[in-house]
Amino acid sequence: MLLSCTGVRKAFGSSVVLDNLHLDVDEHEVVALIGASGSGKSTLLRCVNLLTEVDDGVIRLDGEDITDPRADPDRIRQRIGLVFQSYNLFPHMTVLDNITLAPVRVHRRPAAEAREQALGWLGRVGLAEKAGSYPDRLSGGQQQRVAIVRALVNSPRLLLLDEVTSALDPELVGEVLTMIRDLKGEGMTMVLATHEMGFARQVADRVAFLDRGRVLEQGPPTQVLGDPVEARTRQFLARIIEAGRL
Amino acid sequence: MTPSNRPAHHPERTEDQSYRVSTVHAERIVYRRRQAIRSVLLAALSTAVLGTLLGVLVTGAPGWPRVRQSFFDLGIARKYLPSILEGLWLNIRLLLACAVAALTLGLLIAVLRTLRGPVFFPVRALATGYTYSFRGLPLIIVIYLFAFGIPGLRLQGTPSVTVLGGAAIVITYGAYLAEVFRAGIESVHPSQVAAARSLGLSYRQAMRFVVLPQAVRRVAPPLLNDTVALQKDVGLISLAGPIDAIRAAQIGVAQEANFTPYVVAGVLFVLLALPLIAITDWVTLRAARRQNAGT
Repeated sequence: MLLSCTGVRKAFGSSVVLDNLHLDVDEHEVVALIGASGSGKSTLLRCVNLLTEVDDGVIRLDGEDITDPRADPDRIRQRIGLVFQSYNLFPHMTVLDNITLAPVRVHRRPAAEAREQALGWLGRVGLAEKAGSYPDRLSGGQQQRVAIVRALVNSPRLLLLDEVTSALDPELVGEVLTMIRDLKGEGMTMVLATHEMGFARQVADRVAFLDRGRVLEQGPPTQVLGDPVEARTRQFLARIIEAGRL
Repeated sequence: MTPSNRPAHHPERTEDQSYRVSTVHAERIVYRRRQAIRSVLLAALSTAVLGTLLGVLVTGAPGWPRVRQSFFDLGIARKYLPSILEGLWLNIRLLLACAVAALTLGLLIAVLRTLRGPVFFPVRALATGYTYSFRGLPLIIVIYLFAFGIPGLRLQGTPSVTVLGGAAIVITYGAYLAEVFRAGIESVHPSQVAAARSLGLSYRQAMRFVVLPQAVRRVAPPLLNDTVALQKDVGLISLAGPIDAIRAAQIGVAQEANFTPYVVAGVLFVLLALPLIAITDWVTLRAARRQNAGT
Protein backbone atom coordinates (compact mmCIF):
# COMPACT_ATOMS: atom_id res chain seq x y z
CA MET A 1 0.00 0.00 0.00
CA LEU A 2 1.41 3.38 -0.99
CA LEU A 3 -0.71 5.71 1.10
CA SER A 4 -2.82 4.96 4.12
CA CYS A 5 -4.77 7.42 6.21
CA THR A 6 -6.06 6.10 9.52
CA GLY A 7 -8.36 7.98 11.86
CA VAL A 8 -7.31 11.38 10.51
CA ARG A 9 -8.87 14.36 12.25
CA LYS A 10 -8.50 18.04 11.53
CA ALA A 11 -10.49 20.88 13.05
CA PHE A 12 -10.25 24.60 12.42
CA GLY A 13 -11.56 26.17 15.60
CA SER A 14 -14.89 24.55 16.33
CA SER A 15 -15.49 23.26 12.79
CA VAL A 16 -14.31 19.68 12.33
CA VAL A 17 -13.20 19.29 8.72
CA LEU A 18 -11.78 15.76 8.84
CA ASP A 19 -13.38 13.42 11.35
CA ASN A 20 -11.84 9.97 11.88
CA LEU A 21 -11.15 9.60 8.17
CA HIS A 22 -9.81 6.35 6.70
CA LEU A 23 -8.49 6.04 3.17
CA ASP A 24 -5.99 3.66 1.55
CA VAL A 25 -4.40 4.04 -1.86
CA ASP A 26 -2.47 1.28 -3.63
CA GLU A 27 0.44 1.83 -5.94
CA HIS A 28 -0.64 2.72 -9.52
CA GLU A 29 -4.15 3.38 -8.26
CA VAL A 30 -6.14 6.50 -9.10
CA VAL A 31 -8.60 7.58 -6.43
CA ALA A 32 -11.08 10.38 -7.03
CA LEU A 33 -12.37 12.28 -4.00
CA ILE A 34 -15.82 13.69 -4.54
CA GLY A 35 -18.12 15.55 -2.20
CA ALA A 36 -19.67 18.92 -1.56
CA SER A 37 -17.59 22.03 -0.90
CA GLY A 38 -16.32 21.91 2.65
CA SER A 39 -16.48 18.11 2.84
CA GLY A 40 -12.73 18.01 3.50
CA LYS A 41 -11.27 17.01 0.10
CA SER A 42 -8.71 19.83 -0.11
CA THR A 43 -7.87 19.62 3.59
CA LEU A 44 -7.12 15.91 3.24
CA LEU A 45 -4.74 16.58 0.33
CA ARG A 46 -3.01 19.35 2.27
CA CYS A 47 -2.64 17.05 5.28
CA VAL A 48 -1.07 14.33 3.12
CA ASN A 49 1.39 16.89 1.79
CA LEU A 50 2.04 18.14 5.35
CA LEU A 51 1.03 21.69 4.47
CA THR A 52 -1.58 21.28 7.18
CA GLU A 53 -0.87 19.47 10.44
CA VAL A 54 -3.33 16.77 11.47
CA ASP A 55 -4.97 16.96 14.89
CA ASP A 56 -5.09 13.20 15.24
CA GLY A 57 -4.58 9.99 13.31
CA VAL A 58 -1.77 8.56 11.22
CA ILE A 59 -0.85 9.04 7.56
CA ARG A 60 1.64 6.55 6.13
CA LEU A 61 3.54 6.85 2.87
CA ASP A 62 5.29 3.63 1.84
CA GLY A 63 4.72 2.44 5.39
CA GLU A 64 6.48 5.44 6.97
CA ASP A 65 4.47 7.52 9.43
CA ILE A 66 4.71 10.97 7.87
CA THR A 67 2.53 12.57 10.55
CA ASP A 68 5.21 11.80 13.14
CA PRO A 69 6.48 15.22 14.33
CA ARG A 70 10.03 13.83 14.18
CA ALA A 71 9.72 13.20 10.42
CA ASP A 72 11.37 15.77 8.15
CA PRO A 73 8.58 17.39 6.13
CA ASP A 74 10.91 18.69 3.41
CA ARG A 75 12.20 15.19 2.70
CA ILE A 76 8.69 13.70 2.65
CA ARG A 77 7.31 16.38 0.35
CA GLN A 78 10.01 15.53 -2.15
CA ARG A 79 8.16 12.26 -2.73
CA ILE A 80 4.71 13.83 -3.09
CA GLY A 81 3.62 16.15 -5.88
CA LEU A 82 0.76 18.58 -5.31
CA VAL A 83 -1.08 20.54 -7.97
CA PHE A 84 -3.30 23.39 -6.85
CA GLN A 85 -6.62 24.65 -8.13
CA SER A 86 -5.09 28.09 -8.71
CA TYR A 87 -1.87 26.73 -10.39
CA ASN A 88 0.39 28.78 -8.06
CA LEU A 89 3.14 29.13 -10.61
CA PHE A 90 5.88 31.55 -9.53
CA PRO A 91 5.07 34.73 -11.48
CA HIS A 92 8.64 36.09 -11.41
CA MET A 93 10.11 33.01 -13.09
CA THR A 94 9.86 31.72 -16.63
CA VAL A 95 8.05 28.46 -17.28
CA LEU A 96 11.39 26.68 -17.52
CA ASP A 97 12.67 28.15 -14.23
CA ASN A 98 9.41 27.23 -12.51
CA ILE A 99 9.94 23.62 -13.53
CA THR A 100 13.67 23.34 -12.81
CA LEU A 101 13.64 25.15 -9.43
CA ALA A 102 13.04 22.06 -7.29
CA PRO A 103 15.20 19.61 -9.32
CA VAL A 104 18.15 21.99 -9.13
CA ARG A 105 17.72 23.41 -5.62
CA VAL A 106 16.16 20.48 -3.77
CA HIS A 107 17.38 17.40 -5.63
CA ARG A 108 20.74 18.98 -6.50
CA ARG A 109 20.62 17.87 -10.11
CA PRO A 110 22.89 19.55 -12.67
CA ALA A 111 21.14 22.56 -14.23
CA ALA A 112 21.69 21.38 -17.81
CA GLU A 113 20.22 17.97 -17.10
CA ALA A 114 17.19 19.47 -15.30
CA ARG A 115 16.70 21.81 -18.25
CA GLU A 116 16.80 18.95 -20.76
CA GLN A 117 14.26 16.99 -18.75
CA ALA A 118 11.98 20.02 -18.38
CA LEU A 119 12.12 20.77 -22.10
CA GLY A 120 11.35 17.11 -22.82
CA TRP A 121 8.25 17.28 -20.64
CA LEU A 122 7.15 20.60 -22.13
CA GLY A 123 7.49 19.08 -25.60
CA ARG A 124 5.37 16.12 -24.58
CA VAL A 125 2.53 18.33 -23.38
CA GLY A 126 2.81 20.65 -26.39
CA LEU A 127 4.26 23.66 -24.56
CA ALA A 128 7.84 23.57 -25.87
CA GLU A 129 7.63 27.08 -27.30
CA LYS A 130 6.47 28.48 -23.93
CA ALA A 131 9.64 27.52 -22.04
CA GLY A 132 10.91 31.11 -21.92
CA SER A 133 7.54 32.75 -21.26
CA TYR A 134 6.33 34.09 -17.95
CA PRO A 135 3.19 32.52 -16.46
CA ASP A 136 1.04 35.60 -17.11
CA ARG A 137 1.47 35.05 -20.85
CA LEU A 138 -0.15 31.60 -20.63
CA SER A 139 -3.79 30.58 -20.64
CA GLY A 140 -5.19 28.90 -17.53
CA GLY A 141 -5.00 25.48 -19.14
CA GLN A 142 -1.39 26.03 -20.16
CA GLN A 143 -0.49 27.26 -16.67
CA GLN A 144 -2.08 24.22 -15.09
CA ARG A 145 -0.22 21.86 -17.43
CA VAL A 146 3.04 23.62 -16.48
CA ALA A 147 2.11 23.22 -12.80
CA ILE A 148 1.59 19.47 -13.34
CA VAL A 149 4.94 19.19 -15.13
CA ARG A 150 6.55 21.13 -12.28
CA ALA A 151 5.28 18.49 -9.85
CA LEU A 152 6.24 15.57 -12.12
CA VAL A 153 9.90 16.44 -12.72
CA ASN A 154 10.57 15.57 -9.08
CA SER A 155 9.50 11.98 -9.90
CA PRO A 156 6.99 11.83 -7.05
CA ARG A 157 5.69 8.51 -5.73
CA LEU A 158 2.28 10.08 -5.36
CA LEU A 159 0.58 12.94 -7.18
CA LEU A 160 -2.15 14.93 -5.44
CA LEU A 161 -4.45 17.01 -7.64
CA ASP A 162 -6.68 19.53 -5.89
CA GLU A 163 -9.57 20.47 -8.20
CA VAL A 164 -7.11 21.23 -10.94
CA THR A 165 -9.77 22.12 -13.51
CA SER A 166 -12.09 24.17 -11.30
CA ALA A 167 -10.53 27.53 -12.21
CA LEU A 168 -10.44 26.79 -15.94
CA ASP A 169 -12.72 27.93 -18.73
CA PRO A 170 -14.76 24.95 -19.97
CA GLU A 171 -12.93 24.72 -23.31
CA LEU A 172 -9.56 24.48 -21.52
CA VAL A 173 -10.55 21.65 -19.17
CA GLY A 174 -9.99 18.98 -21.81
CA GLU A 175 -6.27 19.60 -22.31
CA VAL A 176 -5.58 19.19 -18.59
CA LEU A 177 -7.75 16.08 -18.27
CA THR A 178 -6.00 14.48 -21.27
CA MET A 179 -2.70 14.98 -19.51
CA ILE A 180 -3.97 13.31 -16.33
CA ARG A 181 -5.35 10.43 -18.37
CA ASP A 182 -1.92 9.95 -19.96
CA LEU A 183 -0.33 9.89 -16.49
CA LYS A 184 -2.69 7.15 -15.44
CA GLY A 185 -1.59 5.21 -18.49
CA GLU A 186 1.97 5.44 -17.22
CA GLY A 187 1.01 4.03 -13.84
CA MET A 188 1.22 7.22 -11.74
CA THR A 189 -0.49 6.90 -8.38
CA MET A 190 -2.90 9.79 -8.01
CA VAL A 191 -5.42 11.15 -5.56
CA LEU A 192 -7.59 13.82 -7.12
CA ALA A 193 -10.26 15.98 -5.62
CA THR A 194 -12.69 16.81 -8.39
CA HIS A 195 -16.07 18.17 -9.37
CA GLU A 196 -15.84 16.56 -12.81
CA MET A 197 -17.93 13.44 -12.27
CA GLY A 198 -17.62 12.38 -15.89
CA PHE A 199 -13.87 12.51 -15.61
CA ALA A 200 -13.85 10.70 -12.26
CA ARG A 201 -15.85 7.93 -13.92
CA GLN A 202 -13.36 7.66 -16.81
CA VAL A 203 -10.05 7.89 -15.04
CA ALA A 204 -10.54 6.74 -11.44
CA ASP A 205 -10.09 3.16 -10.30
CA ARG A 206 -12.02 4.06 -7.20
CA VAL A 207 -14.28 6.94 -6.19
CA ALA A 208 -14.48 8.01 -2.55
CA PHE A 209 -17.41 10.15 -1.47
CA LEU A 210 -16.47 12.48 1.38
CA ASP A 211 -19.18 13.77 3.66
CA ARG A 212 -18.71 15.72 6.88
CA GLY A 213 -15.04 14.84 7.03
CA ARG A 214 -15.37 11.09 6.52
CA VAL A 215 -15.26 8.70 3.60
CA LEU A 216 -18.93 7.80 3.60
CA GLU A 217 -18.84 5.51 0.61
CA GLN A 218 -16.19 4.25 -1.77
CA GLY A 219 -15.92 1.77 -4.60
CA PRO A 220 -15.62 1.46 -8.37
CA PRO A 221 -16.87 4.57 -10.19
CA THR A 222 -19.76 2.72 -11.82
CA GLN A 223 -21.06 1.66 -8.44
CA VAL A 224 -20.55 4.89 -6.45
CA LEU A 225 -21.66 7.19 -9.25
CA GLY A 226 -24.26 4.89 -10.82
CA ASP A 227 -25.75 2.99 -7.93
CA PRO A 228 -24.77 4.59 -4.62
CA VAL A 229 -25.70 2.82 -1.40
CA GLU A 230 -25.81 5.83 0.91
CA ALA A 231 -28.68 8.28 0.87
CA ARG A 232 -26.33 11.27 1.18
CA THR A 233 -24.32 10.15 -1.84
CA ARG A 234 -27.55 9.94 -3.82
CA GLN A 235 -28.55 13.44 -2.69
CA PHE A 236 -25.17 14.82 -3.66
CA LEU A 237 -25.26 13.20 -7.09
CA ALA A 238 -28.82 14.39 -7.64
CA ARG A 239 -27.68 17.97 -7.02
CA ILE A 240 -24.79 17.49 -9.43
CA ILE A 241 -27.09 16.16 -12.12
CA GLU A 242 -29.43 19.07 -11.54
CA ALA A 243 -26.49 21.44 -12.13
CA GLY A 244 -25.76 19.61 -15.38
CA ARG A 245 -22.30 18.43 -14.35
CA LEU A 246 -22.74 14.66 -14.75
CA MET B 1 -28.30 45.21 -42.38
CA THR B 2 -27.41 44.95 -46.03
CA PRO B 3 -23.85 44.38 -47.18
CA SER B 4 -23.83 47.67 -49.10
CA ASN B 5 -24.20 49.96 -46.07
CA ARG B 6 -22.11 47.90 -43.66
CA PRO B 7 -18.67 49.34 -44.44
CA ALA B 8 -19.83 52.80 -43.40
CA HIS B 9 -20.19 51.77 -39.76
CA HIS B 10 -18.31 48.51 -39.44
CA PRO B 11 -15.35 48.54 -41.76
CA GLU B 12 -13.78 45.11 -42.23
CA ARG B 13 -10.60 45.07 -40.19
CA THR B 14 -8.41 43.02 -42.48
CA GLU B 15 -4.64 43.14 -42.71
CA ASP B 16 -4.58 44.08 -46.43
CA GLN B 17 -4.70 47.55 -47.92
CA SER B 18 -8.40 47.40 -48.72
CA TYR B 19 -9.27 48.71 -45.23
CA ARG B 20 -10.37 52.32 -45.29
CA VAL B 21 -11.43 54.46 -42.37
CA SER B 22 -15.17 54.94 -42.37
CA THR B 23 -16.57 58.45 -42.73
CA VAL B 24 -17.91 58.31 -39.19
CA HIS B 25 -14.49 57.52 -37.78
CA ALA B 26 -12.69 60.01 -40.03
CA GLU B 27 -14.90 62.69 -38.51
CA ARG B 28 -13.94 61.51 -34.98
CA ILE B 29 -10.23 61.74 -35.85
CA VAL B 30 -10.62 65.32 -37.06
CA TYR B 31 -12.58 66.22 -33.92
CA ARG B 32 -9.99 64.66 -31.59
CA ARG B 33 -7.14 66.43 -33.34
CA ARG B 34 -8.92 69.76 -32.96
CA GLN B 35 -9.50 69.04 -29.25
CA ALA B 36 -5.82 68.16 -28.75
CA ILE B 37 -4.64 71.47 -30.27
CA ARG B 38 -7.13 73.34 -28.12
CA SER B 39 -5.87 71.73 -24.89
CA VAL B 40 -2.23 72.48 -25.69
CA LEU B 41 -3.08 76.15 -26.31
CA LEU B 42 -5.10 76.33 -23.11
CA ALA B 43 -2.30 74.77 -21.05
CA ALA B 44 0.25 77.22 -22.48
CA LEU B 45 -1.99 80.18 -21.77
CA SER B 46 -2.78 79.25 -18.17
CA THR B 47 0.88 78.52 -17.45
CA ALA B 48 1.92 81.91 -18.83
CA VAL B 49 -0.71 83.70 -16.76
CA LEU B 50 0.24 81.92 -13.53
CA GLY B 51 3.98 82.41 -14.16
CA THR B 52 3.58 86.14 -14.78
CA LEU B 53 1.43 86.52 -11.66
CA LEU B 54 3.98 84.74 -9.47
CA GLY B 55 6.84 86.72 -11.00
CA VAL B 56 5.09 90.03 -10.37
CA LEU B 57 4.17 88.96 -6.84
CA VAL B 58 7.77 88.11 -5.88
CA THR B 59 9.73 90.80 -7.71
CA GLY B 60 7.13 93.42 -6.90
CA ALA B 61 7.32 92.72 -3.16
CA PRO B 62 8.72 95.66 -1.16
CA GLY B 63 11.61 93.59 0.23
CA TRP B 64 12.59 91.95 -3.11
CA PRO B 65 15.78 94.00 -3.79
CA ARG B 66 17.21 93.05 -0.40
CA VAL B 67 16.17 89.41 -0.70
CA ARG B 68 17.78 89.22 -4.13
CA GLN B 69 20.96 90.66 -2.73
CA SER B 70 21.22 88.29 0.22
CA PHE B 71 19.92 85.09 -1.42
CA PHE B 72 20.80 85.34 -5.11
CA ASP B 73 24.20 87.04 -5.22
CA LEU B 74 25.94 85.61 -8.28
CA GLY B 75 29.42 86.66 -7.17
CA ILE B 76 29.13 84.90 -3.83
CA ALA B 77 27.58 81.87 -5.52
CA ARG B 78 30.58 81.61 -7.83
CA LYS B 79 33.03 82.10 -4.96
CA TYR B 80 31.66 79.29 -2.80
CA LEU B 81 30.59 76.84 -5.49
CA PRO B 82 33.93 74.92 -5.46
CA SER B 83 33.95 74.35 -1.70
CA ILE B 84 30.28 73.38 -1.70
CA LEU B 85 30.89 70.95 -4.57
CA GLU B 86 33.77 69.47 -2.62
CA GLY B 87 31.44 69.03 0.33
CA LEU B 88 28.83 67.50 -1.95
CA TRP B 89 31.32 64.81 -2.94
CA LEU B 90 31.28 63.70 0.70
CA ASN B 91 27.45 63.64 0.57
CA ILE B 92 27.51 61.50 -2.56
CA ARG B 93 29.95 58.97 -1.12
CA LEU B 94 28.03 58.93 2.14
CA LEU B 95 24.74 58.48 0.26
CA LEU B 96 26.03 55.48 -1.69
CA ALA B 97 27.53 53.81 1.37
CA CYS B 98 24.51 54.54 3.57
CA ALA B 99 21.98 53.44 0.94
CA VAL B 100 23.69 50.08 0.40
CA ALA B 101 24.19 49.51 4.12
CA ALA B 102 20.66 50.60 5.11
CA LEU B 103 19.02 48.44 2.40
CA THR B 104 21.06 45.42 3.51
CA LEU B 105 20.29 46.04 7.17
CA GLY B 106 16.58 46.57 6.43
CA LEU B 107 16.32 43.36 4.43
CA LEU B 108 18.15 41.41 7.12
CA ILE B 109 15.91 42.76 9.91
CA ALA B 110 12.75 42.09 7.85
CA VAL B 111 13.78 38.48 7.24
CA LEU B 112 14.69 38.02 10.91
CA ARG B 113 11.25 39.24 11.90
CA THR B 114 9.58 36.57 9.77
CA LEU B 115 11.55 33.68 11.32
CA ARG B 116 9.42 31.21 13.18
CA GLY B 117 10.23 28.78 15.94
CA PRO B 118 11.10 29.22 19.60
CA VAL B 119 14.87 29.29 18.97
CA PHE B 120 14.51 32.56 17.13
CA PHE B 121 12.43 34.30 19.79
CA PRO B 122 15.27 36.56 21.04
CA VAL B 123 16.27 37.43 17.46
CA ARG B 124 12.68 38.26 16.57
CA ALA B 125 12.21 40.29 19.73
CA LEU B 126 15.42 42.25 19.16
CA ALA B 127 14.54 42.95 15.52
CA THR B 128 11.05 44.09 16.49
CA GLY B 129 12.36 46.26 19.32
CA TYR B 130 14.86 47.82 16.94
CA THR B 131 12.29 48.79 14.28
CA TYR B 132 9.97 50.14 16.96
CA SER B 133 12.54 52.32 18.72
CA PHE B 134 14.53 53.66 15.78
CA ARG B 135 11.48 54.62 13.77
CA GLY B 136 10.40 56.78 16.69
CA LEU B 137 13.78 58.35 17.44
CA PRO B 138 14.57 61.58 15.55
CA LEU B 139 17.57 61.17 13.25
CA ILE B 140 19.25 64.29 14.67
CA ILE B 141 19.29 62.79 18.15
CA VAL B 142 20.74 59.52 16.86
CA ILE B 143 23.47 61.43 15.05
CA TYR B 144 24.31 63.41 18.19
CA LEU B 145 24.34 60.28 20.34
CA PHE B 146 26.60 58.42 17.92
CA ALA B 147 28.96 61.24 16.92
CA PHE B 148 29.45 62.72 20.39
CA GLY B 149 28.53 59.84 22.70
CA ILE B 150 30.65 57.04 21.25
CA PRO B 151 33.93 59.04 21.08
CA GLY B 152 33.24 60.05 24.68
CA LEU B 153 33.80 56.44 25.68
CA ARG B 154 37.46 56.91 24.66
CA LEU B 155 37.68 53.38 23.31
CA GLN B 156 40.62 52.23 21.19
CA GLY B 157 39.95 52.47 17.44
CA THR B 158 36.86 54.66 17.60
CA PRO B 159 36.02 55.53 13.95
CA SER B 160 35.81 59.10 12.68
CA VAL B 161 32.72 61.26 13.24
CA THR B 162 31.85 60.84 9.57
CA VAL B 163 31.65 57.06 9.96
CA LEU B 164 29.75 57.38 13.23
CA GLY B 165 27.31 59.84 11.70
CA GLY B 166 26.91 57.53 8.71
CA ALA B 167 26.21 54.65 11.08
CA ALA B 168 23.51 56.72 12.78
CA ILE B 169 21.87 57.36 9.40
CA VAL B 170 22.10 53.68 8.44
CA ILE B 171 20.58 52.51 11.69
CA THR B 172 17.71 54.97 11.51
CA TYR B 173 16.93 54.30 7.86
CA GLY B 174 17.42 50.55 8.28
CA ALA B 175 14.45 50.54 10.66
CA TYR B 176 12.19 52.21 8.06
CA LEU B 177 13.41 50.07 5.19
CA ALA B 178 12.92 46.91 7.27
CA GLU B 179 9.23 47.76 7.56
CA VAL B 180 8.97 48.35 3.81
CA PHE B 181 10.63 44.99 3.11
CA ARG B 182 8.38 43.30 5.66
CA ALA B 183 5.28 44.73 4.00
CA GLY B 184 6.58 43.32 0.72
CA ILE B 185 7.21 39.90 2.22
CA GLU B 186 3.75 39.81 3.72
CA SER B 187 2.17 40.86 0.42
CA VAL B 188 3.30 37.64 -1.26
CA HIS B 189 0.32 35.29 -1.12
CA PRO B 190 0.69 32.26 1.20
CA SER B 191 -0.19 29.99 -1.72
CA GLN B 192 3.21 30.84 -3.21
CA VAL B 193 4.92 29.51 -0.11
CA ALA B 194 2.63 26.46 -0.14
CA ALA B 195 3.59 25.77 -3.76
CA ALA B 196 7.29 26.13 -2.97
CA ARG B 197 7.08 23.90 0.10
CA SER B 198 5.03 21.31 -1.80
CA LEU B 199 7.96 21.00 -4.20
CA GLY B 200 10.22 20.12 -1.28
CA LEU B 201 11.89 23.51 -0.86
CA SER B 202 12.84 24.31 2.72
CA TYR B 203 11.52 27.43 4.44
CA ARG B 204 14.79 29.21 3.74
CA GLN B 205 14.80 28.18 0.07
CA ALA B 206 11.16 29.22 -0.35
CA MET B 207 12.05 32.60 1.14
CA ARG B 208 15.12 33.06 -1.04
CA PHE B 209 13.84 31.85 -4.40
CA VAL B 210 10.11 32.53 -4.25
CA VAL B 211 9.11 35.10 -1.62
CA LEU B 212 11.96 37.63 -1.55
CA PRO B 213 12.30 38.12 -5.33
CA GLN B 214 8.59 38.91 -5.56
CA ALA B 215 8.59 41.02 -2.39
CA VAL B 216 11.55 43.18 -3.46
CA ARG B 217 10.04 43.79 -6.88
CA ARG B 218 6.79 44.90 -5.32
CA VAL B 219 8.34 47.33 -2.85
CA ALA B 220 10.99 48.73 -5.20
CA PRO B 221 9.09 52.05 -5.66
CA PRO B 222 8.73 52.83 -1.93
CA LEU B 223 12.31 51.68 -1.30
CA LEU B 224 13.61 54.06 -3.94
CA ASN B 225 11.45 56.82 -2.51
CA ASP B 226 13.08 56.28 0.87
CA THR B 227 16.44 56.47 -0.85
CA VAL B 228 15.49 59.92 -2.18
CA ALA B 229 14.68 60.97 1.39
CA LEU B 230 17.98 59.48 2.53
CA GLN B 231 19.74 61.54 -0.12
CA LYS B 232 18.89 64.78 1.62
CA ASP B 233 19.01 63.50 5.19
CA VAL B 234 22.64 62.58 4.58
CA GLY B 235 23.20 66.35 4.85
CA LEU B 236 22.30 66.18 8.54
CA ILE B 237 25.75 64.75 9.12
CA SER B 238 26.98 68.35 9.02
CA LEU B 239 25.59 68.66 12.56
CA ALA B 240 28.32 66.32 13.74
CA GLY B 241 31.09 68.38 12.19
CA PRO B 242 32.27 66.89 8.88
CA ILE B 243 32.39 69.42 6.06
CA ASP B 244 29.72 68.29 3.63
CA ALA B 245 27.84 70.55 1.19
CA ILE B 246 25.61 72.04 3.88
CA ARG B 247 28.51 72.65 6.25
CA ALA B 248 30.55 74.26 3.44
CA ALA B 249 27.59 76.49 2.61
CA GLN B 250 27.18 77.38 6.27
CA ILE B 251 30.81 78.49 6.43
CA GLY B 252 30.20 80.71 3.38
CA VAL B 253 27.05 82.14 4.93
CA ALA B 254 28.92 83.00 8.10
CA GLN B 255 31.82 84.61 6.27
CA GLU B 256 29.78 86.73 3.87
CA ALA B 257 26.72 87.38 6.04
CA ASN B 258 24.78 86.30 2.93
CA PHE B 259 22.48 83.33 2.38
CA THR B 260 23.40 82.65 -1.24
CA PRO B 261 25.63 79.63 -0.42
CA TYR B 262 22.57 77.87 1.08
CA VAL B 263 20.64 78.43 -2.14
CA VAL B 264 23.59 77.02 -4.10
CA ALA B 265 23.72 73.93 -1.88
CA GLY B 266 19.93 73.56 -2.18
CA VAL B 267 20.06 73.66 -5.96
CA LEU B 268 22.87 71.10 -5.99
CA PHE B 269 20.85 68.76 -3.74
CA VAL B 270 17.88 68.99 -6.06
CA LEU B 271 20.10 68.25 -9.06
CA LEU B 272 21.53 65.27 -7.21
CA ALA B 273 18.04 63.98 -6.45
CA LEU B 274 16.67 64.37 -9.98
CA PRO B 275 18.13 61.18 -11.48
CA LEU B 276 17.05 59.15 -8.45
CA ILE B 277 13.54 60.60 -8.62
CA ALA B 278 13.38 59.87 -12.35
CA ILE B 279 14.40 56.25 -11.72
CA THR B 280 11.80 55.96 -8.97
CA ASP B 281 9.07 57.24 -11.28
CA TRP B 282 10.14 54.88 -14.04
CA VAL B 283 10.21 51.84 -11.74
CA THR B 284 6.83 52.78 -10.25
CA LEU B 285 5.30 53.16 -13.69
CA ARG B 286 6.70 49.84 -14.82
CA ALA B 287 5.42 48.13 -11.67
CA ALA B 288 1.97 49.64 -12.17
CA ARG B 289 1.90 48.45 -15.78
CA ARG B 290 2.90 44.96 -14.75
CA GLN B 291 0.20 44.98 -12.08
CA ASN B 292 -2.40 45.98 -14.63
CA ALA B 293 -1.26 43.28 -17.03
CA GLY B 294 -2.42 40.69 -14.47
CA THR B 295 -0.44 38.40 -12.25
